[in-house]
Amino acid sequence: MPEGIFCNKKPIETEDALTALLGDTSGSQYYKEMKSLDVDSKLLWTTIQNTCKSRIRTWLEICAHCGMCADSCFLYLVNDRDPEQVPAYKIQSTLGEIIKRKGNVDNKFMHMAMETAWAKCTCCNRCGMYCPHGIDMGIMFGYLRGLLYQQGFVPWELKIGAGMHRVYRAQMDVSEEEFVETFQWMVEEYEEEYPGLAVPVDVENADIMYTVNAREVKHYPEDLAEAAILFHAAGENWTVPSRGWEQTSLAMFAGDWAACKMQVENVYAAMERLKPKRMIGTECGHAHRATVVEGPYWAGRKDGKPPAESIHYIEWLAEALREGKLKIDPEKRIKVPVTLQDSCNYVRNHGLRETGREILSYIVEPGYYREMSPNREHNYCCGGGGGFNGIGLFRPQRNKALITKRDQILATGAKLVIAPCHNCWDAIRDLEEEFEIGIKWSFLKPLVISMLEIPGHMKPEE
Amino acid sequence: MYEFITGFMFWLALGVCLTGVIVRTILYFRGLQWNLDRVAYKAYPVEGFKGAIRSIYKWILPFGTHGWRKQPFMTVIFFSFHLGAVVVPLFLLAHNLFLEEKLGFSFFSINGGVADFLTWLVVASTVLIILRRIALPEVRIMTNWYDYLIILISVAPFVTGLMARYQVGDYSFWLLVHIISGEILLFAIPFTKLSHVFLFFASRAQLGMDYGIKRGGLKGTKMAW
Repeated sequence: MPEGIFCNKKPIETEDALTALLGDTSGSQYYKEMKSLDVDSKLLWTTIQNTCKSRIRTWLEICAHCGMCADSCFLYLVNDRDPEQVPAYKIQSTLGEIIKRKGNVDNKFMHMAMETAWAKCTCCNRCGMYCPHGIDMGIMFGYLRGLLYQQGFVPWELKIGAGMHRVYRAQMDVSEEEFVETFQWMVEEYEEEYPGLAVPVDVENADIMYTVNAREVKHYPEDLAEAAILFHAAGENWTVPSRGWEQTSLAMFAGDWAACKMQVENVYAAMERLKPKRMIGTECGHAHRATVVEGPYWAGRKDGKPPAESIHYIEWLAEALREGKLKIDPEKRIKVPVTLQDSCNYVRNHGLRETGREILSYIVEPGYYREMSPNREHNYCCGGGGGFNGIGLFRPQRNKALITKRDQILATGAKLVIAPCHNCWDAIRDLEEEFEIGIKWSFLKPLVISMLEIPGHMKPEE
Repeated sequence: MYEFITGFMFWLALGVCLTGVIVRTILYFRGLQWNLDRVAYKAYPVEGFKGAIRSIYKWILPFGTHGWRKQPFMTVIFFSFHLGAVVVPLFLLAHNLFLEEKLGFSFFSINGGVADFLTWLVVASTVLIILRRIALPEVRIMTNWYDYLIILISVAPFVTGLMARYQVGDYSFWLLVHIISGEILLFAIPFTKLSHVFLFFASRAQLGMDYGIKRGGLKGTKMAW
């Protein structure tokens, strides 16, 4: 059977199609259909000829099969040094083989490639730092995901995720009205405690345009209020766009490049409409990678930058603390052993390796901070990156992958893990649920609020 | 026979090698596309150049990177092999005399004892590289006949060179085989995995530009290779 009802080569374009696919619980029919999904070898080969140029072709050609990348991969280490988890092997046996066979691969092969691309690589890009030839297998896996997506071999949740972006321009079914209403409602909840607290919507020429992760709107609305409180406390002139507020991109995890472009252009349109001085995104790693690091290229921007200067939340927070816009009550600083999770997406992939540490220097009592080993751009993935957290089919593999981070955290002796990234935060929550090592985990916003010296303009009237 | 091998074949091998290297290097850089690679190469030439140089420099330094320091055994055999493999062919006195005669110019020559040592170093590290390939499961799984063919092509000129050097058996036989194996190596460079002798620099430069421009370079963060 060629195309299935749910599992096929067509992206999700409508709300109805999305609802129908969501109705297929856990993708049981979807994966059943995938077993007989045809491979369009001609399309596969044409796509490769058009998009696989000298960088990737050279990488595949000159790989010396030296195995020096093996130890760099946490999935290789955590899976008892299984040779099939060596990054070079994983990419040569999938993308390398597809190219060698000029796209003539079968359904069984594509299943293997799908598992390799989404359950044996989180696109953390660490291996690229350890290859003498500078071969970045994470980039190649991203490319492979695109090929697999085009052929319909993509995990159920990510097909839905990419569809969400196509239909709602958000990773979840959150409409523009719902976003604004939720934000306003949350702010109202805190208004009494923090007089003057408001959410300025669609204000032009503000200093800051704030963008979020749809999960905050749907599941963690306090996060929105916390962002408002901190901007307010810092006396910032900020705004949120009613349209183009979603910074994340599950389409990037899925390899749906067309949806990536649609999503990011929506945010850029908001920047062009509201003309803020800067865009600041929430505490999310992949959202920053999608909108700030990769997004300009999807949108065809030759300078590789978004229309307005765009920074990560930790960059703004570090600046606000440094410049005294936000003041910390020294008595309330963190006094338990604490460690920091470096997010691959903005540390290894955007160089923000000291920013988080600067923030911690203001909010942690001296002597309580513990570094993970390795750290900064050499840190390991949380175990759930690249979409791994969200894929039910690969849950057992994901749970095993968490062991690396568990052991890294245990070695620090920390009782609190600060994770300024949604994906890392989720993975660390899950590892605590799975292994019960007795840690707490947190974003930065609630911690900073808990130790803030409330400025006069924010004190409730007596 | 000797005339043919050192005459026509020498010119052909050298010509094919140099042309191949030049053409492939040009094709490599022409094949880099800012939108597909998602690196704004042309928008930030200075930052890109600095990143490229840094990425090459750190990796040609023994123990210069985290990757090298993590694997000391590999680092030692890797650099031993490449040191000899680059220095001896270019700076051996006999080669320079040959070059002088053919091209009318030559490089400086290293001392004969040093040349002997480096050649043995190449042979010894090749043995260790092969043993490593066989012993380590993470290397063995990827190793195929082609990897061994490349090793054979690379090391043959050194082994035959030693045979001629110590005059094991018939000197002129070994000299002829040595020259032929060297010419095979030249022919192979542009068309096989041996293309890494120049594409290494291209590929490292590309990733260096990526980090120098996109992944933190513009923010002033230098990658800790």
